[in-house]
Amino acid sequence: MAADQLSRVLSALADPTRRDMVARLAVADATVLELAQPYDVTVQAVSKHLKVLEDAGLVSRSRDAQRRPVHLEAEVFDLMTKWIERYRRLAENRYRRLDEVLRAMPDEVVKPDRPDDRKEKHDHQHQ
Amino acid sequence: MTTSINETRIIADPDVPLVRIIREFDAPPEKVFRAHTDPDLFVQWNGPHGYELRLDQFDCRTGGSFRYVMVGDGFEGGFRGCFHEVREGELIIQTFTFEGLPDGVALERIMFEDLGNERTLLTSTSLVDSFEGRDEFLASGMEVGVRDGFERLDALLGR
Repeated sequence: MAADQLSRVLSALADPTRRDMVARLAVADATVLELAQPYDVTVQAVSKHLKVLEDAGLVSRSRDAQRRPVHLEAEVFDLMTKWIERYRRLAENRYRRLDEVLRAMPDEVVKPDRPDDRKEKHDHQHQ
Repeated sequence: MTTSINETRIIADPDVPLVRIIREFDAPPEKVFRAHTDPDLFVQWNGPHGYELRLDQFDCRTGGSFRYVMVGDGFEGGFRGCFHEVREGELIIQTFTFEGLPDGVALERIMFEDLGNERTLLTSTSLVDSFEGRDEFLASGMEVGVRDGFERLDALLGR
């Protein structure tokens, strides 16, 4: 998979309106007008969002001139979100270990009011 | 998909080549901060599962620097960087370089925000100088993620 495609997908999905549009397209194809309905934005603005999703390969539009329904490329979406999810889970994995470390840390070591005193305590700990 | 209150969120900025990771912790900022700056604590949670983190140098204060070697699964690689600004319980700004790609450097900002009730919002932002660089950064994480194994993650997630 080309790295720049991943980048485009990440960027495309960084926007909450586009994420919402993708979520709705996951249920069924929709026209631009239908997609624009729930938002307080112009059809032009929705078209702009669709262009970003289209460039990322996440959606396609049929050449059916009248309706031109927007279709979610589910396979691309699944693969990409899996990759991003994997990265996210890696971070989550690290932070769960950090949770454990934080649970095991004694409270008195981190009292912020007397930094000099704490530093001493901390140094003793490692002697 | 939510399996815990403290779920990690990931954001890739559309305009700037950065990756942002956001997570809440059930501990005050001073404590989360110390887990980042104390070398003995740092090695306990950093690096992917199954890898050993050998600290050569770790002086987490303004003007300090670090170098560690990550060993595991047939991989051995050095990582280093400088601590540009370190403010107790507040933020760490540092550089980060994989020695295998010495020209590449990420600028990282880790912010510790007090949410009250002994809770902290941690925001970790990695900025690189190109979108290609960011994607390599993401891809490397994913590669390790595969090796990390889904079983362990599933076990951690309680699935």
